[in-house]
Amino acid sequence: MSEAKILLAHGSGGKLSHDLVREIFVPRFSNPFLEPLDDSARIANQDGSLAFTTDAYVIHPLFFPGGDIGRLAICGTVNDLSMIGAVPSYLSLSLIIEEGFSLNRLERIISSARDAAEEASVQIVTGDTKVVEHGAADQLFITTSGIGWIPKGVHLSGLHAKPGDAVLLSGFLGDHEIAVLSQREGFEFEADLKSDCAPLNSLVARMLRVCPDLRCLRDPTRGGLATTLNEIASGSGVGVVLEEERIPVRESVRGTCELLGLDPLYLANEGKLVAICPPHEADKVLQAMRAHPLGQHAEIIGRVTEENPKRVTLHTLIGGHRVVDMLTGAQYPRIC
Amino acid sequence: MKFVDEFRNKEIAQGVIRRIFEVSTRPVHLMEVCGTHTVSFFRHGIREMLPKHIRLLSGPGCPVCVTPNQDIDLAIALSRRDDVLLATFGDMMRVPGSTSSLQKEKAEGRSIGIVYSPLELLRLAKEHPEKKIVFLAVGFETTSPAIAMTVLQAHHEEIRNLYFLNSQKRVPPALRALLQSEKVQIHGVILPGHVCTVLGREPFEFLSKEFKRPAVITGFEPLDLLQAVWMLVKQIEQGQALVEIQYTRAVREQGNPTALSKMDQVFLPGEALWRGLGWIPASGSRFRGPFSGMDARRIEVAVEPSKEHPGCLCGEILQAVRTPPECPLFRTVCHPEHPVGPCMVSIEGACFTYYKFHANAD
Repeated sequence: MSEAKILLAHGSGGKLSHDLVREIFVPRFSNPFLEPLDDSARIANQDGSLAFTTDAYVIHPLFFPGGDIGRLAICGTVNDLSMIGAVPSYLSLSLIIEEGFSLNRLERIISSARDAAEEASVQIVTGDTKVVEHGAADQLFITTSGIGWIPKGVHLSGLHAKPGDAVLLSGFLGDHEIAVLSQREGFEFEADLKSDCAPLNSLVARMLRVCPDLRCLRDPTRGGLATTLNEIASGSGVGVVLEEERIPVRESVRGTCELLGLDPLYLANEGKLVAICPPHEADKVLQAMRAHPLGQHAEIIGRVTEENPKRVTLHTLIGGHRVVDMLTGAQYPRIC
Repeated sequence: MKFVDEFRNKEIAQGVIRRIFEVSTRPVHLMEVCGTHTVSFFRHGIREMLPKHIRLLSGPGCPVCVTPNQDIDLAIALSRRDDVLLATFGDMMRVPGSTSSLQKEKAEGRSIGIVYSPLELLRLAKEHPEKKIVFLAVGFETTSPAIAMTVLQAHHEEIRNLYFLNSQKRVPPALRALLQSEKVQIHGVILPGHVCTVLGREPFEFLSKEFKRPAVITGFEPLDLLQAVWMLVKQIEQGQALVEIQYTRAVREQGNPTALSKMDQVFLPGEALWRGLGWIPASGSRFRGPFSGMDARRIEVAVEPSKEHPGCLCGEILQAVRTPPECPLFRTVCHPEHPVGPCMVSIEGACFTYYKFHANAD
C-alpha cells in the first residue's frame, strides 16, 4: 500500500530502533566517532578524550513517582556520559513546549532538572526553548546534550567483553518502567514503587577507582537488561550466561510482571548499570558498588562465555536453560 | 512472592522431573491449549528437562492468533471511517490483516487506541461523544466476563456510542473440533487454568467421555506444568482418560458462577470463524436481543476481500499439527518485526515464543 511509516515500535529501544539507527543514520553520518555506537562519542586529544552525547526525552506522564521529565533529561545524559567512563561536566537543555502548557508545571520540571544537575555535579551551560502550536507537540519534549572528560587509561566499550568476564548489575530491575506504567491512564494501580531515575556518575567513579580496567558499562534503559546484554554480546562477539536466581527484582515489580505477563528482563531502568569486568576483579567491584547508595543491591548475575557467541542465555530458577533475545516490538500486557 | 516462589522450587521441580522419567515409557504428544502455557514451558526452560519422547504441541489458545483475517480487515475498514475511534488490546495492533494492520493505520492517522481493560471503553465513549467507539473484542472465557460487564454497564448508563466487534471465542467447542480432525494426533491435553477458573471442569468432560483423552486443568507456574505433565503421562501409561484438576488453588468444579451469569446475560453462543480451524458451531459469542444495538458488525463499511499469505502455517500450528520451525517462513521472511502471520505477533503466539526462546530453532 502506501509508503513505509514510522511506527511507535521504532522508538521502543528494541530491534526496530536498532534497524532505524543502522539503516537511516549511520550510513549518512558515518565517522569513526559515531561508529562504535556506544552511549557517548569519544573524541581524543593529547590530554585524554572528550565525551559527547545527546538524547531526546518524551515521557507520559511527565510526572511519575520518583521523578519527572526534567530529572530524567539530566540523569539520562549524565548516565550516557558515565557509561563510557567520562566525568560529566556540561550539559545543554532544550525544550519544545506545547502552547498552553502550565507555567507552574514548567517551573517544577526545571527546578527538578536543577536538583538533578546539582546531584550529578554538572552545570547547564546552554539551552533553548521553542513553543509550538497547541496539538503540534504533546505537552513538553526535552533534549539534553552533554560533554565530559574521559581520564587517561579508561577505555570502556561494548566491544571489550572477554570470555570469563563477570557480569554485574547495580540493583533491582524494572522500577522505572513499572512506576511510570502505574500512573498511565487505564492502569493506575498502587505499586508503592518509585522510578530509580538517578545520576550514576559517582557510582561509576567509585567502580573505576577500584578497577581501572573495567571492560564495559551500560545503563539498561529502553529494551531493558536483555537488550543491553545482547548488544554487548553482539559487539564483543561473545556469549553471556545469566543466573536467574541472582538477578535482583523487587517483589512489587515481579508481582506486576506476573499479573500483566511482562518480563522484568525487558523493563526500562533509569538508574541502573550493567558492568563487565575481569573475573578476578569481580568481588572488588561488587564491594565497591554495594558501598554506594545506588549500588546497595548489586549482584554478580552472570558471566561472559566463548560458547554461543552473540547470544544471551539464562539458567532458570528451576534448573532449566533458555535463550534471552533482544526486545522485539513493544511489550504489551497479555490479554488473558 | 507468595503463590509464585513455592511453585518455582528447584528441588521439588527436580523431584517431579525424576518421577516423570520413572513413569514415562512411550512417546506421547501433549497439547498445551493455552498460549500462556507455551510461554511458561519455554520461559522456565522446562521443555529441555523432559524426556525426549514427550512432545509438546501448542494449540489454539492464543486469542490474537485465532482471530481471522476477516475480522481484522473489518476492524481496519471501520478504523478508516472518520466517525470511528477503534479500540483494542495492545497485541492486536500489529497483527497483519490482508493488506494492512491497525498499527500501520494508526501511523496513517486513524483514531486507534489501546485499552488494557474493557471498562476503559466507558470513559472513552463519554470523552468522545462525537465518535463511535468500536472495540475489537478478542479473547476467551477469561476475557468475556469483563466484556459482558462493560456491555451491561454501558446499557445501564444508556451509552449510545459504544460498539463491539465480537471476535470472542469459546474454548470447549474448538477442542471438540480439533479432536474430530484426523490430522490431530494428541494423547493428552493440558487445559488452560484461567479459562477453567471461569468455566469449571464440566464443560471439558467430553474429552474423557467422547474422545477418551486424559486432560489436566493446569496452573501457570513451573511446578504446575511439571505436575500436569506427570499426571497426564501417568494416566496415559495406565490407560486412563480422566479430566483432572491440578490447579486446585484457583479452579472450582462449577467454575465462577458470577462470571458465567454475566456472560450468559449478554451473549449467546454462536458459530464463529477461527483462523486455521474454520467455522465452529457455538464457539463464538453473539449479542442477546437487548444489546444487539451495540453490534459493530451492523455499521456499514466496505471491507476488502480477505486473503492469507500462501506460505503461512499459522493455521496448522494452531491445530497442533505442526510446530513453528516446520514453517518455511519461520525466521526467514517471518520474524517479530515483520510478522507474516499472527502467531509471530502475539506474546502468547507459538511462533513468537519459539522465536524468542528457542536456541536450536535456527
